[in-house]
Amino acid sequence: MWKFIVRRILITIPQIILLSVLLFLLAQAMPGDALSGLVDPNVSLEQKNALREKLGLNAPWYEKYGEWASGLVQGDLGQSFRFKMPVSDLIEQRMINTFWLSLATLIITYIIAIPLGILSGRYNDTILDSSITGYTYIGFATPLFIFGLVMLWVFGYQLQWFPTSGSVTPGLEPGSFEYVLSKAQHLLLPAISMALIQTVSTVQYLRSEIVDTKQREFIITARAKGASESRVYNKHILRNSLLPIAAFFGYEITFLIGGTVFVEMIFGFPGMGQLFIESILLRDYSVVNAVVLIFGIAAILGALLSDIILSLVDPRIRIK
Amino acid sequence: MEVNNTNLANQIQDPTKSPSGLKILWKEIVRDKLALVSLILLTLITVFVYGIAFVLDQDEIVRVDLFAIHEPPSEEFILGTDYGGRDIFGQLIIGTRNSLSIGFLVTAISGIFGIAFGLIAGYFGGYTDNAMMRVLDFFQVLPFTMLVIVFVSIVPNYTILAFSIIMAAFNWMGIARLIRSKALQEKELDYVQASKTLGTSHTKIIFREVMPNISSLIIVTMTLNLAANIGIESGLSFLGFGFPESTPSLGTLLSYATNPQTLEYRWWIWVPAAILILVMMLMVRNVGEALRRATDARQRRG
Repeated sequence: MWKFIVRRILITIPQIILLSVLLFLLAQAMPGDALSGLVDPNVSLEQKNALREKLGLNAPWYEKYGEWASGLVQGDLGQSFRFKMPVSDLIEQRMINTFWLSLATLIITYIIAIPLGILSGRYNDTILDSSITGYTYIGFATPLFIFGLVMLWVFGYQLQWFPTSGSVTPGLEPGSFEYVLSKAQHLLLPAISMALIQTVSTVQYLRSEIVDTKQREFIITARAKGASESRVYNKHILRNSLLPIAAFFGYEITFLIGGTVFVEMIFGFPGMGQLFIESILLRDYSVVNAVVLIFGIAAILGALLSDIILSLVDPRIRIK
Repeated sequence: MEVNNTNLANQIQDPTKSPSGLKILWKEIVRDKLALVSLILLTLITVFVYGIAFVLDQDEIVRVDLFAIHEPPSEEFILGTDYGGRDIFGQLIIGTRNSLSIGFLVTAISGIFGIAFGLIAGYFGGYTDNAMMRVLDFFQVLPFTMLVIVFVSIVPNYTILAFSIIMAAFNWMGIARLIRSKALQEKELDYVQASKTLGTSHTKIIFREVMPNISSLIIVTMTLNLAANIGIESGLSFLGFGFPESTPSLGTLLSYATNPQTLEYRWWIWVPAAILILVMMLMVRNVGEALRRATDARQRRG
């Protein structure tokens, strides 16, 4: 058991290092370096080269990587050349926004998935089940960005139930009740859109898990003992079916990362995904690097978390 | 004489002999009416789109016409025009063609690589498998969308092929994992052992003997991947990191809807493209799901 967990954590370390090297090399390959946007185009080439030398932009890549990586470990993500401020300051507020958006999405995902999965699994092959299965079938085929656009169009513009962009109404006092309320209101539509698409795989998985468990021998035993139907479902089946779902929690992070890029662009939500696209367009590569690195590490840790939970739940999957 | 013999052989074929994999796949599609209709519609759309796009001049359609900006649907422009006065209907046709082409291309590239990777890892097993799976694990946790966008923005000679390769490079893991698990089972079977004993080379066993035996699984996965890839491509084009604007894709048309004015008042620009993507993805999935059922004898409908 412990052997597996230690081994799994040890795999994570080279993964993170590889990711950082890959990102660093990518940033090096980006056309134009930080300087091209920084200085007046009329500055002569010699002056530019001198500046490059001074900023350390001419050093070989492994030296630059070493410098960058040691900065990272100390929490220094570098400077944004566009906004002339430390990347960590730039990212902080965005990261908090994206964190709340992701959390809201996850909560809504499970609020939708658990009852639908249970209903679908318990009453399988009824009309109720086939309509839920129909929803998951269509949900699987629907790209998130199209669904997001439609949600924005219907609930943002036509019905005007929700604000159509931003993360908070400007001019409110931070910390006040109205401020929190406005934040939640801005969060809700993107989170619901993302959750409605993301939840389908969990619904499907939970359904097949319950249908599977229903036919196990210990359920037949429980019934034979005279346990009531609700007791059979709530105590015996649910407990056995929900654990694997809980384990997928970590993998959900990977889906969330892809999702936030689209959803934040559509809903004009100032989070990490939006910052990423803006920085790519501005060629602000230190910011791009930092965002992808943070998301990448989050995904790696999410997978680690899921594998550990899964190995606790199901000993068969432990890698040797 | 030779011909007569094969005819005769066909006639007296043992009726209890199990039908070939491809035949089962085809039978399941015919039995599943939804899948059959989807397949026919898809074929029609493909033929129609490639046929018309052959006649249409792409440069003509993407030419900016400042006198016809944002025209609603009319007789001259069946689906109106966009902010550059370009005909939406023409862009829709060409966009569908481009989206389909890239879908096929990405599916093929990632499929070929993924299948080879999975077969080799599964067939050899042991240390080879272990090492290859760690590589795969690493690719699987990478933030796919973001890395593709980063790559797209730094590639100097940006072409359709380059875009497909970038997409495929981060998209082969699913099929590789599936094929590997199947190959792991397959290599334990007697025919592989027998072939090894006879001294057949590994390459020949892998690609001429094991691969044909899992061909139905390959077809199923590739079909389902096609649907996913069309979606991913249109998503990237939507964000502005797919095709350039001079080569419209369905995602390009949808990206106009990021302008609130277009989203709210000019439905003709983005709604048809959205519907088309949805319909195509659903239909490809219908076919794929029918094929998937066919590979699992317990789930077959007939």
